[in-house]
Amino acid sequence: MHSETVTQLSASLRQRKFSATELTQSLLARVERAQPELNAFISIEAESALAAAAAADRRLAAGDAPALTGIPIAHKDLFCTEGVRTTCGSRMLANFVSPYDATVVARLRAAGSVLVGKTNMDEFAMGSSNETSYFGPVRNPWDLSCVPGGSSGGSAAAVAARLLPATTGTDTGGSIRQPAALCGVTGLKPTYGRVSRFGMVAFASSLDQAGVLARSAEDCALLLGVMAGFDTRDSTSVDAPVPDYRASLDRPLQGLRVGLLQEFFDKGLDPKVEACIRAGLEVLRGQGAQLKEVSLPSLPHSVPTYYVVAPAECSSNLARFDGVRFGHRCENPRDLTDMYERSRGEGFGAEVKRRIMTGTYVLSAGYYDAYYLKAQRVRALIAEDFKRAFTEVDVLVSPTTPTPAFAIGAKMNDPVTMYLNDIYTIGANLAGLPGISVPCGFVGALPVGMQIIGGHFTEERILNVAHRFQLETDWHKRAPEGYR
Amino acid sequence: MTAATENHSGWETVIGLEIHAQLATRSKIFSGSPTTFGAPPNAQADLIDLGYPGVLPVLNGEAVRMAVLFGLAIGARIAPRSVFARKNYFYPDLPKGYQISQYELPIVAGGHVEIVLDDGSARRVGITRAHLEEDAGKSLHEGLPGLTGIDLNRAGTPLIEIVSEPEMRSAREAVAYMKKVHTLVRYLGICDGNMQEGSFRCDANVSVRPTGSEKFGTRAEIKNINSFRYVEKAINFEVARQIELLEGGGKVVQETRLFDPDRGETRSMRSKEEANDYRYFPDPDLLPVELDEQFIAGVRAKMPELPDQKARRFASEYQLSGYDAQVLTASRELADYYETVVREFGGSAKLAANWVGGDLAACLNRDGLEITASRVSAAALAVLLRRIDDQTISGKIAKDVFAAMWDEQQGADTIIAARGLRQITDDGSIEQAIATVLAANPAQLADYRAGKDKLFGFFIGQVMKATQGKANPERLNQLLKKALSG
Repeated sequence: MHSETVTQLSASLRQRKFSATELTQSLLARVERAQPELNAFISIEAESALAAAAAADRRLAAGDAPALTGIPIAHKDLFCTEGVRTTCGSRMLANFVSPYDATVVARLRAAGSVLVGKTNMDEFAMGSSNETSYFGPVRNPWDLSCVPGGSSGGSAAAVAARLLPATTGTDTGGSIRQPAALCGVTGLKPTYGRVSRFGMVAFASSLDQAGVLARSAEDCALLLGVMAGFDTRDSTSVDAPVPDYRASLDRPLQGLRVGLLQEFFDKGLDPKVEACIRAGLEVLRGQGAQLKEVSLPSLPHSVPTYYVVAPAECSSNLARFDGVRFGHRCENPRDLTDMYERSRGEGFGAEVKRRIMTGTYVLSAGYYDAYYLKAQRVRALIAEDFKRAFTEVDVLVSPTTPTPAFAIGAKMNDPVTMYLNDIYTIGANLAGLPGISVPCGFVGALPVGMQIIGGHFTEERILNVAHRFQLETDWHKRAPEGYR
Repeated sequence: MTAATENHSGWETVIGLEIHAQLATRSKIFSGSPTTFGAPPNAQADLIDLGYPGVLPVLNGEAVRMAVLFGLAIGARIAPRSVFARKNYFYPDLPKGYQISQYELPIVAGGHVEIVLDDGSARRVGITRAHLEEDAGKSLHEGLPGLTGIDLNRAGTPLIEIVSEPEMRSAREAVAYMKKVHTLVRYLGICDGNMQEGSFRCDANVSVRPTGSEKFGTRAEIKNINSFRYVEKAINFEVARQIELLEGGGKVVQETRLFDPDRGETRSMRSKEEANDYRYFPDPDLLPVELDEQFIAGVRAKMPELPDQKARRFASEYQLSGYDAQVLTASRELADYYETVVREFGGSAKLAANWVGGDLAACLNRDGLEITASRVSAAALAVLLRRIDDQTISGKIAKDVFAAMWDEQQGADTIIAARGLRQITDDGSIEQAIATVLAANPAQLADYRAGKDKLFGFFIGQVMKATQGKANPERLNQLLKKALSG
């Protein structure tokens, strides 16, 4: 069962090959067995999962079963889930139980999915290796000495290790696509505004977007169809119709104009990774796509731009964690200032503090223009560059990351090197564009991801390209040793 | 602080006000919680007001409409695009750690109001901007020894912050301006104006400079003053304090001060050095507010008659003095009351103005009632005025009737009948009373006829006394003259 995709499982459940309860039991067992090794979960909710599975079985028997009925999934631990704690991978929220469901959670629940648990993540989604989690690092199932990427590291590892067919993630600077690449799974970040942010604990509000990690583009299409859509509770969600993303998956690629992001085939790119991408591009060409080099001159500025905008927003978003109403509060505060300082000092980890301090600095009087305002201008230039590119090509293709997964601990003491891991993914966030990472080869035992970026609200197109690619390749079907 | 006066020779006072008016929307500015005052602590705060992780603000369109209405009423520009920004600071009753406000691009910019001073002179006070923002919660200390309670019912209540130009030159001008804005927001129906509940309050920026100087002095900001009286007192105290300081060779420091109404003085809260750097930036959770001409025209079409327009109309339509017109248009409710009286009465509008601005206002004032709670309705007052007009009673008797109407909640006719107050108008009865009085006062009669004209009043008084004041004054006058000359 564990090797089936969501699409296959959905069919199997309807054909009564096994029940939702059997499926959930089976996958729960895998989740629990893998936990000591991978640490992909922060919470495992066996009891409520089995209850939801039993309910799914009743719906299946009654013939009243929406698309995802009985499909076990897990949410990244920053989606608020009523009754199940939502920690954001932080000591600050280690015991926080949300009184409400995030819109994404509610929609996936309503579609019949079974919530098995909450996945591990970098603290408040700040990190590219899942090492900043208060609950310990996640290990990459392809090589336990390596990171799974981040911040949706638990979600990626759980799918890669066949613990679950799909998980949710969020992507602020690459937090879905980068771990998807490093774990050899398919990860989709939709257009900003496509999926409601309501109930997602905010990191950087103008960049955060919920998405999905699965084992195929087809599954991503299926889940996105459920998650996407306008939400009156999120003013930045866009009121545009949600197409059936699966309907156009098979469209031939004949004549598709594929842009190669020149700036991303640079000296920082591992030649072995580049070879995988070049091979992947040949697959697309083989299907009739036309390849074309495209230059986005502002793009090299995306990392510094991002590391001004995202910390600025985070410094404000995380101000509510002050020990007054919820979350961690220090023992015996002397006075108000002491309570703030110690609660936040104890509750947040080093990376979160670094970003709060950076963000506070760039918004300060006297620095605002030089940093925040300038970064916003560069951001606008980057968005312009993308817009221009999409008048020439239909999609842009690049590596998702410059290197395959790196060793745990290798970059923790060098934040700038760590930040450069997101160099190819950040641009899409700054411009609000959809992007998907698909497995496209291996460097040694470690998977490599290819990124496909589309214009605003062209999820159908990038899913179509990813799906056609997956029809011709089997990288996405490979499973790590020990989790097959 | 009794020494405070407005005449400090050699010094000029400069005042700017920031008025916070709570908008009278049913729900909060970014959440669906109700805004009713007085609920038990935290009963009117939902997850959004509490700043829960993951929640997002959604703008209340009614608050936008009200802000636009205000902007149009002060002749300001309505921004086609305004932006909400976050004002970041830590405080226990500020649940998100930031207040959503507007900073660089407010919804309303560049308007003015006219104020009329006691001496009848009018002047214009510029309004720099007015922006939308959310209110914070309240910290509670009473009954919680050693602890601070947090009540977030008020958190997220929509406010419009109205920032004046530093154009007021005395505490009285500041009060006149504040009253004018108060009248205006109530006319527009966008704020209940209840100052005790904090629906309408202000911060005053006060500085002094040598008369003739162009440069502004260093200002102090007096926070959160919630009555007209306190505004006047606080500013007067502050002006005197600053002048005393400067004349003593000291310096005014830029700081935030609080007014203590019990002691009638301001005291330092925090200095500029301790002031927060609010790190404003556009709120990424909210889209810019974009308003097109059609929307603005729609709001404009529903603009009620404004106080100045109404006062001008009253003056011309009812032939009132400028002062009367001002008084009667001080609130929409009072103006409506007056117009109902005029309509129902059908007689002299000036007489109606005298009564509404006179006896009625005095009773309301004495009993601390708003016009809407008047114990004599407009229709009932109109009946009373008709009885004066048709000479059923004299104006003097009417005062007693009115007092009885107020106390007993009875109609004028009922009271006149029950007390037999109907005026005596038939000449025969009046002549008889005159004859009796003249017969009883032969000495005075002789004096009068000897040229002591002043005694005319004495005879009027005697006849009135004899008729219990019911004799028609005009008839009495004529008939008495006739009898005396006879």
